[in-house]
Amino acid sequence: MTVRYALLAAAILALIAVPYAITEQYYVNIASQILLYAVFALGLNILVGYGGLVSLGHAGLSGAASYAAAYLLAAGHGHVVAIAGALAAGLLTTAGFAALSLRASGISFIMITLALGEIIWGLAYRWISITNGDNGISVATRPAPFGLSLASADGFYDATLIVFLIAVAACAIFVHSPFGAALAGTRDQPRRMNALGFHVWMVRFWAFMFSGLLSAVAGILFVYYNEFISPQALALTASAEGLLMVISGGAGTLLGPVVGAALVVIVKNVVSAYIARWNFLLGAIFVLIVVFMPEGLVPGSVRLFRAAWRGARRRKPAAAAAAPASMPAGEPKP
Amino acid sequence: MSRTVSRRKLLASTAAGAAAVAMRFPAPAIAQAAPFRLGLLTVKTGPLAQGGILMEQGVLTYLKEKNYTLGGRKTDLFTADTGGNPAGAKTKAQELVERDKVDAIVGPLAAFELYAISEYIIQQKMPTLSLAAADNLTQRTPNPFLLRASATSSQATQPLGHYAATELKHKRTVTVSEDFAFGHEQMGGYQAAFAKDGGCVVNKLWPPLVTPDYTPYIAQIGDCDSVCQGFAGSNPLRFMKQYANAGMKYPVLAGEAGADDFLLKSFGDEALGLVSAAPYTLDLESDGNQRFVSGMLKNFDAIPGQYAALLYGNCQVLDAGLHAAGGDISDKEKFMAVLKNVSLTDTPRGPLKFDHLNNVIGTIYIRRTGREGAKYGLKLWNKTIKTYENVSQFWTWPEREFLAHPVYSRDYPPLMKC
Repeated sequence: MTVRYALLAAAILALIAVPYAITEQYYVNIASQILLYAVFALGLNILVGYGGLVSLGHAGLSGAASYAAAYLLAAGHGHVVAIAGALAAGLLTTAGFAALSLRASGISFIMITLALGEIIWGLAYRWISITNGDNGISVATRPAPFGLSLASADGFYDATLIVFLIAVAACAIFVHSPFGAALAGTRDQPRRMNALGFHVWMVRFWAFMFSGLLSAVAGILFVYYNEFISPQALALTASAEGLLMVISGGAGTLLGPVVGAALVVIVKNVVSAYIARWNFLLGAIFVLIVVFMPEGLVPGSVRLFRAAWRGARRRKPAAAAAAPASMPAGEPKP
Repeated sequence: MSRTVSRRKLLASTAAGAAAVAMRFPAPAIAQAAPFRLGLLTVKTGPLAQGGILMEQGVLTYLKEKNYTLGGRKTDLFTADTGGNPAGAKTKAQELVERDKVDAIVGPLAAFELYAISEYIIQQKMPTLSLAAADNLTQRTPNPFLLRASATSSQATQPLGHYAATELKHKRTVTVSEDFAFGHEQMGGYQAAFAKDGGCVVNKLWPPLVTPDYTPYIAQIGDCDSVCQGFAGSNPLRFMKQYANAGMKYPVLAGEAGADDFLLKSFGDEALGLVSAAPYTLDLESDGNQRFVSGMLKNFDAIPGQYAALLYGNCQVLDAGLHAAGGDISDKEKFMAVLKNVSLTDTPRGPLKFDHLNNVIGTIYIRRTGREGAKYGLKLWNKTIKTYENVSQFWTWPEREFLAHPVYSRDYPPLMKC
């Protein structure tokens, strides 16, 4: 356990050091993007990984928050109002999504979330008096909480990092809480959970709300990062990209979505500068992940690493004979 | 973090200072010789890639022709693929500006991409020569660092409306175009200019950008003299084919993208008689166009359309501006003022200059698609039947009157009863 905490502390320190270690503004901006997409993927992962509910409409949730923030800012309100309004809009949209889509599960759930996401996209596209159609809304300024300006790449990175760490901590607490266990229960054995007295629908509903909250937070970060929002950010491809992050990194793990977000953002934005056919590369990476680590990058790497470690130990027969085979218990498979 | 200066540090900094002094003499010569860094924002993946690749070919054709020298300075090209979405455009603009340290940007392609980076190019004072037609960026919300040497969305369809009303004597038109800003602005321009000369748009149809089958929309066309289509990309091909298959006989008018010359090789007989308006035409007999077309054929074996031609033109404007500024672009505001004053005569599209809002004033060509005069192995040809010279984005309205009405949109100008 101590190794774990040491690694965690090292990771946090490394993240804090990013703006100091990287002098090139551009890469600090890429790091900010990774973190904000990671927040989005973490939110989606609550539903996909822990709830077993695959959503293809999550970009609609973050998009609703983005548009609310941009609209309020364009109307001349302050950042506090805009952020509060954006969270409210995100949560309201989520409640609507949840109320409608949780009537179904499995494929039907996917299709309903997809349809709802497309409705939000259509609103953004067509409700021109509010959203300015596909010309989008520009946001003139970033907020300056406590007098610290977020206008610079470093400032924005620091703010995003704080939000990201809070999001990771919230997810960790959520997942390890009795409620998180109940959610995993509704994923694996909904009927038994029902028989045990859990209100399966309600458990899923509140998980959806938590997921929507994180999506809304990511939406706010997104609109402040880009200082612009247009319907493309709400399109099906954006939702699908989020899902790819979750699945490639490892659904149902805390770190998986973060790694997935990093993978997608880096290939899309950094590798694409060197390789014209970067989306082929992204596709190839996903195929490789599916072939060699179908459970995702993070759990897959852990499995391979453990296997290699065990193999190395077995090759030392003396050590193997002395120590009774103490199999690492391993984390309970989600 | 200590503030004490060690002897080693002192020595090092003294040495560095001495070196800097020593370097001062050759420094201006180095600045002169430093290459000009040109950034290209284009789309090479996704549904808009076809146009984006043609844009890149236009830029490369010009650079090759000039042996990678603009305004007497060696030029390095940095190409970035936005993926055709606004967030990608922003990130890639940052890549060009912050990482590649470019001196000017040509592109991006789509209006929403340009809107997404509009604030950013002001913050960074980055001279940008776009292809994107988003009207308002040179109209009601002008951007001082944007120079549009291509055209606004409505710049070509306004003369088309005039031509339809006065020369073709059409009275009633149904417009059909994609349901996004480029379509809205094109058709708005047509409608306003057509109405000014006594015409009337009787119905406006807006199929979504990705429409597998236009038949339900074609079925709504009727009771008119002509149909005006403002499709873009490869959609004109499918629309014209389905229109002909439906047995429709009303003459068809098209915006700049609806009969783009690069589509000629893919059109069939259904395109015969199509009348279109565009800021560039392949059949323009001029040295400038000849050089451009033969360059495109030589380098890429591609018959160009306006995507390539207008980007080639952007590079020409940049080249001329750099010459006028003597290669000195350290003051970006001054450089923009120089660029704005550029006026050229031998571009592929003919003469061009700029208005005070940084939008191009140039020739608009009305063409009819037929077989006559076809070159480069094509079976069809857009033959110019009328030219409108010195067309501004305001058409014939006084600027103040034009800017007083809202930007052309789905609902403006409104549909009148007639």
